[in-house]
This record gives sequence, C-alpha cells and structure tokens, in this order.
Amino acid sequence: MVQNLEYIAAMLLYVTGLGIMLFHSNLIKKIIGMNIMETAVFLIFIAAGYVRGGQPPIALPGEPLLLPVNPLPQALILTGLVVSVSITAYALALLREIYRHFGTLDAAEIARRKGELT
Amino acid sequence: MDDLVLKVVARVIIPFIQVYGLYVVLHGHLSPGGGFAGGVILAGGFILYALAYGRPALDSLLPDRLAALLESGGVLWYTGLGLVGLLTGSAFLANARAGFPLGVPGRLFSGGIVFLLNLGIGLKVAATISTLFRNLQEEE
Amino acid sequence: MKSVLIILLLVCLAALLVAVALDMPPLGEPSTPANASPLTRYVIANAVRDTGSPNRVAAVVADYRAYDTLGETTVLFTAVAAILALERGRKDEKSNG
Repeated sequence: MVQNLEYIAAMLLYVTGLGIMLFHSNLIKKIIGMNIMETAVFLIFIAAGYVRGGQPPIALPGEPLLLPVNPLPQALILTGLVVSVSITAYALALLREIYRHFGTLDAAEIARRKGELT
Repeated sequence: MDDLVLKVVARVIIPFIQVYGLYVVLHGHLSPGGGFAGGVILAGGFILYALAYGRPALDSLLPDRLAALLESGGVLWYTGLGLVGLLTGSAFLANARAGFPLGVPGRLFSGGIVFLLNLGIGLKVAATISTLFRNLQEEE
Repeated sequence: MKSVLIILLLVCLAALLVAVALDMPPLGEPSTPANASPLTRYVIANAVRDTGSPNRVAAVVADYRAYDTLGETTVLFTAVAAILALERGRKDEKSNG
C-alpha cells in the first residue's frame, strides 16, 4: 500500500493539465488545461488538511468534536476557487474578442496572421 | 429554443433551487456552505431560467441595473461593515469587539458579522455569476 | 521533435513531483505539521467563543480572515468590471466606426 496516494494523484493531475496546455494550440483547450492544473493545486491543499476518519469541523460548544478535519486549508482554497472562476471568466471573454478579431482560436494560426499584419 | 418539457420542469424546480440557495447562504455559519456556494446556487437558478425561457425573460426578472446595484452594493456593504469596526474604536472588520451581538451559537441570527457578511457575499455572487453568464452567452 | 521534448519534460516533472509526494508527511494523520499546528488547534477550540459561529470554515473566512475575503470579492468585482468594459468597448467601436 503506497502512502500519500491522494498527493500522487494531484501531482499527476497537475502534469496532465500542463501537458494539455503544451500540446494543444487551441486556446479553449489551453484554458481547460489551466483549470485542471488549478484543480490539482486545490486537491493538494484539501488533502493536506484531511484527517482519516475525521468529522466536519462544525460543532456547538456542548457537542463533542472528536478528530475534526483541518478547517484552515478549506478556507484558503475558497479564495483560490473564486480567483480561478474570475480568471476563467475573463479569459473566456478575451477569447471571444480574439475570435471576433481573427476568426480562429488556434494559437499558431493567430501568431501567423499577426506576422502577416505587421 | 421552445421546449415544453424544459419549461415545465424548470418552472417546477427553480423555486426549490432558489430556496436551497437562500438556505445555504443564510445557514453559512451553522452548516457547510456560505456566501460563495449559496450565491452560485442562486445564480444557477437564474441561469436555468434564462436557458428555459430565453434572455428577455431573465432581463425582466433581473435587470442589468439591479445586477450592477447588487454587485457594487455587496462590496460596499462588506466595506461598510468593516468600517463599523473602525468607528467603534477597534480594528477593521472586527466582530464582537466592534459591538456586533454574537447571539446564542446555533441560532439563525447569531454569529454577528459572519452572518451579515455571508448575506452580502451571497447576493453579490448571485448577481455576478448571472452577469458573467449573460455576457458570455452569445447574443442571438 | 517538439512533442518528444514536451513528453520528456512532462515525464521528468512527473517523476520529480511524485518523489516529492512520497516524501511528504503521511496523509490523513492528525499529527502532520498542518493538522497539528497551534493555529489549527486554536481555531478549532476557540472559534465558537470568538465568533459565535459553529462552522469553523465560515468563522475563518468571514471573521479571522475577513480582510482576505474582502480582497476576494474585489477580485470577482474587478473581473466582472473588466468583462463589461470589453463588451462596452466593442459596442462603442461599432457605433463610432
């Protein structure tokens, strides 16, 4: 039994996202790859705060709270999620402008047409 | 895009989605969830409404001006609550020290600033996500 | 040629990252540095007394780190403002020229 299986999964997810960003020249696919990389980072953080067999860190003063999971990484990742959503939305809006201007979403094709223009 | 099944199903489930979103926002300090998650669920209801009944229907339900008001109002509400802390002589965004009543833990109206901030964030995020959807959706 | 280089890079990176993952503290134990830190213990023990909110995550987001959440809402607000500015700019361009 390998320990830290969740960390390994997150690392491989990160490499997968990077591979998608490098291999595809379609800009939408690059954004999808970026989102996969972000998800991998979130997974690492959440996994770091996990306690095996733990319960959610919610309890009133009188109630028992044995073995709660760590609330701090979850709170931190909430910030990351919002930033990720904002960046994705803005990137998609920019992509729409690029498509209106160039008529294509292929990075190599856009670079070629820019060379023609100048 | 005039689908009877979609319209009828949307009419049945949208109230439940909105009530669930409000529940997640209002119970952010008692149960899993909070302003961001609940706001996104609320916005999901608006997006489903726009997909089933078309953009003009959503525009009459949640006009651009109202959405802009909620967005700016959310940030101003947040900053204003923070300034209460400064006015009462403690730190920016202070909770109990700024005089917000903490109440009985476990009640709906408790938690002082946590409840109020979650409410503001929830409305702001709902308006923001539906504005994002409206702007990214290609106009017909 | 280019794809061979990319695959080589990805394999090297994957090997490095997996080696790091194997070297990290065991996951899921209450005694890892992150889970046993004094800050975590303080938040779990005192959040209800400090903020009146039984949900520790909400207490951290909206009370202990409320300033951070203000920045977060500002990021979301700025993204919407930028997207609206793109859209308005395009409409102005169309009507002027």
